[in-house]
Amino acid sequence: MADLIFWFIAAFTILSAALVVLNNQLLYSAIALLFTLFGVAGLYIFLWADFVAGIQLLVYIGGINVLIIFGIMLTNKISSVRLSQTNVQQGVGGVVSIWFCLILFLTISKTSWFGEYSLEPTETVAAVGTLLLTKYLLPFEAISLLLLGALIGAAFLSREGN
Amino acid sequence: MDNLNNYLFIAAILFSLGMFGVITRRNGIAVLMGVELILNAANINFVAFSRFGGMNFDGHIFALFVIVLAAAEAAVALAIVINIYNNLHSINVDDASSMSE
Repeated sequence: MADLIFWFIAAFTILSAALVVLNNQLLYSAIALLFTLFGVAGLYIFLWADFVAGIQLLVYIGGINVLIIFGIMLTNKISSVRLSQTNVQQGVGGVVSIWFCLILFLTISKTSWFGEYSLEPTETVAAVGTLLLTKYLLPFEAISLLLLGALIGAAFLSREGN
Repeated sequence: MDNLNNYLFIAAILFSLGMFGVITRRNGIAVLMGVELILNAANINFVAFSRFGGMNFDGHIFALFVIVLAAAEAAVALAIVINIYNNLHSINVDDASSMSE
């Protein structure tokens, strides 16, 4: 049963990711991206990372995806229905991506990965929080400053009459 | 589902699809969606190694940092895209190739 759900989520993620890059309608691409992000959150849960899955739902779906949809709405005339766009260089891009994907597949299947399995954690939030405030305190503070700077910069850039 | 390779394969496919999007899309926002797919593929790898590679919770922390970076990147990129649209009235990345208006 769990295997079935896993393969369903995997197929769901990959199919909607294909829709993101192949669809002609920009808004449909954004909606397909939402489903991809949902699928990735499901994979995180299979990997026992429930906190990361929750953050994925909150930040990616609640933040980034909404921001992307806002961007689409602001940069196209909503009254005109043509939000479509065509891809260029499909042949070259497809060959490069498929070739790269095959190389990755070969490398992954030929490598003997170290079998250091972790034990299933009873809860993850406390462990992640402890690590963030001890071992990774400096990167945590640095990235908070980076986020602040990036948001101020974005607000400054998109101001009227800049 | 109890095999590291499955997750790495899914991440590899997501990465290749994201790369395809970045190469072929003409619309700036669609290129940004390809970048998001690539970042998600990297994140799946981090979390998969945290379960199967003995990385434990350090992998989760790295995934969280990547998510924060993606948020910052999306905010700045969309601000730039909106500026380009205001100046050039198009967000076609081929039109925005010159450094001056």
